[in-house]
Amino acid sequence: MNIYVLLKKTFDTEEKIVVSNGQIEDDSAEFIINPYDEYAVEEAIKQRDEHGGEVTVVTIGDEDSEKQLRTALAMGADKAVLINTEDDLEDGDQFSTAKILETYFEDKDADLILAGNVAIDEASGQVGPRLATRLGISYVTTITGLTISGDTAQIEKDVEGDVEKIECPLPLLVTCQQGLNEPRYPSLPGIMKAKKKPLAELEIDDLDLDEDDLEPKTKTLEIFMPQEKQAGRVLEGEPDAQVKELVSLLKNEAKVL
Amino acid sequence: MNFELTKEQQMVRKMVRDFAEEVIKPRAIEIDTSATFPKDIFDQMGELGFMGIPFPEEYGGSGGDTISYAIAVEEIGRVCGSTGLSFAATVSLGASPIYYFGTEEQKQEFLKPQAEGRALGAFGLTEPNAGSDAGGTKTTAIADGDSYIINGEKCFITNASFADTIIVTAVTGKNEKGRNIISAIIVPTDTEGVKVTSNYDKMGVRGSDTAEVVLDQVRVPKTNLLGDPQKGFHQFLYTLDGGRISIAALGLGIAQASLEKSLNYAKERKQFGESISDFQAIQFKLADMAMEIELARNMVYKTAWLKDQNKPFTKESAYAKLFASETAVRAADQAIQIHGGYGYMREYEVERYLRDAKLLEIGEGTSEVQRLVIARQLGC
Repeated sequence: MNIYVLLKKTFDTEEKIVVSNGQIEDDSAEFIINPYDEYAVEEAIKQRDEHGGEVTVVTIGDEDSEKQLRTALAMGADKAVLINTEDDLEDGDQFSTAKILETYFEDKDADLILAGNVAIDEASGQVGPRLATRLGISYVTTITGLTISGDTAQIEKDVEGDVEKIECPLPLLVTCQQGLNEPRYPSLPGIMKAKKKPLAELEIDDLDLDEDDLEPKTKTLEIFMPQEKQAGRVLEGEPDAQVKELVSLLKNEAKVL
Repeated sequence: MNFELTKEQQMVRKMVRDFAEEVIKPRAIEIDTSATFPKDIFDQMGELGFMGIPFPEEYGGSGGDTISYAIAVEEIGRVCGSTGLSFAATVSLGASPIYYFGTEEQKQEFLKPQAEGRALGAFGLTEPNAGSDAGGTKTTAIADGDSYIINGEKCFITNASFADTIIVTAVTGKNEKGRNIISAIIVPTDTEGVKVTSNYDKMGVRGSDTAEVVLDQVRVPKTNLLGDPQKGFHQFLYTLDGGRISIAALGLGIAQASLEKSLNYAKERKQFGESISDFQAIQFKLADMAMEIELARNMVYKTAWLKDQNKPFTKESAYAKLFASETAVRAADQAIQIHGGYGYMREYEVERYLRDAKLLEIGEGTSEVQRLVIARQLGC
């Protein structure tokens, strides 16, 4: 089976993030594989181990994205492709990403493409479905179970906490939700071997694209940190009085009643 | 000069830190209080290839370098000194001597299973009357046909209760000057006459196994002799030089944990209406800790790098071990002080850091012995 994983490098939201001049500061951020994409990598490896074939991990990013690709290779993926847009693309949005991937996948004959449900940075969740639409193949989002036999996939999909069961023919694109699997740690021999696995680097030129083809359809107006949480207030006095005060505050100050 | 870690080294740090945070950290307090060796964690580490980091693939290793190995010890030590020590002893003392001095057959038979995490090794050097004074070794190995018959007693042997093999140092004869010839012999622990007992009630690193080994008429084949029979002494000096890098890395991890805990606590703890991190008395402690840790880290990585380049590193590993272990003790001590009364409580973990760190000033050559090594290297 010809399996592909769409992987995105994101900053670690558990680490401190600094925003200045409407941009997230790269220097202070820790970069990781988007956690939902880790489910995709794990699932791809499992499906390959069961059905044979090859797992190729694809990312659009910059030179530093190699680290995340190598990590996926260390987990067990076979090949990696870095589409480096650092020098060619000033801005990009989900449209640009989907367009680049569409061009990349045109001649790839993929049986299964896995992506994360969303990336934890911008959380649009659009790239997977948009790519599938452009490639003219089926897609199922937020999957929590995947069994493939022959040309058919049995899928469990998370629908607001319930499970929907879907049967779908290959080729197919799925986006992976928490609960699908438990991503493995890259093993230490895996980390060392990863440097010997093929990692191809492409630029948009190599895909016969230029910047104009990829002009974003959206504009980011502002990036800002959420307001810091205010300290809670502790009411005092007799319970009766506290209840009255609470109700009054909810009504007049918080205006939720 | 390039101080940047390679991509692989960075990936090793990330992977080991994730594993340590998720798997070991939640159990660190229990490992200490119950003083039990976390065999299941160790097995999992073995499967992930921890025990083979600095050994080549042909011997079941990961094909990494000493820097990667030091980083891994540091990261494990950052969450649990006990697990860090067991790990360091497994690789540096149990497996490394076989890799450096073993025959091809010995490597296949004894190193490979250890590097693959399927077996555990230990290093039996210390005796009731001999440690750094290796000349005082009383254990003997007498040739008898194709075998050695070993008699003696070893103490404070890390991992011995769980080890499949112990590399035992023993007197095998006298040289022309009439001095004892000390050799190293691989002893499978299931050999008749090997008795391992673990009764020590330790101050720190309580979850790391430490045992006493009694060898009574233990017969092993002569093919188990490790390396040059005349050079057992030099072999374990080399082994200890390497081991010191890992003890230093462990100290680095404990010191780093002390700093992180202290910094977080100092920012949160309010006294007189301010975070105590606003007080210079606390700031200076934190600044000293951070500075010493960075200096220790530079020394540890440099020493590992020298070893990887096949350059001499005896003096540097003594520097690293001495400075990093003393840094760990100072940092842990200051961490308790910054935490005040809470720091004295087990729940806050910093008191454990101090108990764990203290061992590092003693094991694999005391601080005094390190100074002696350095002085000798200086030509004294």
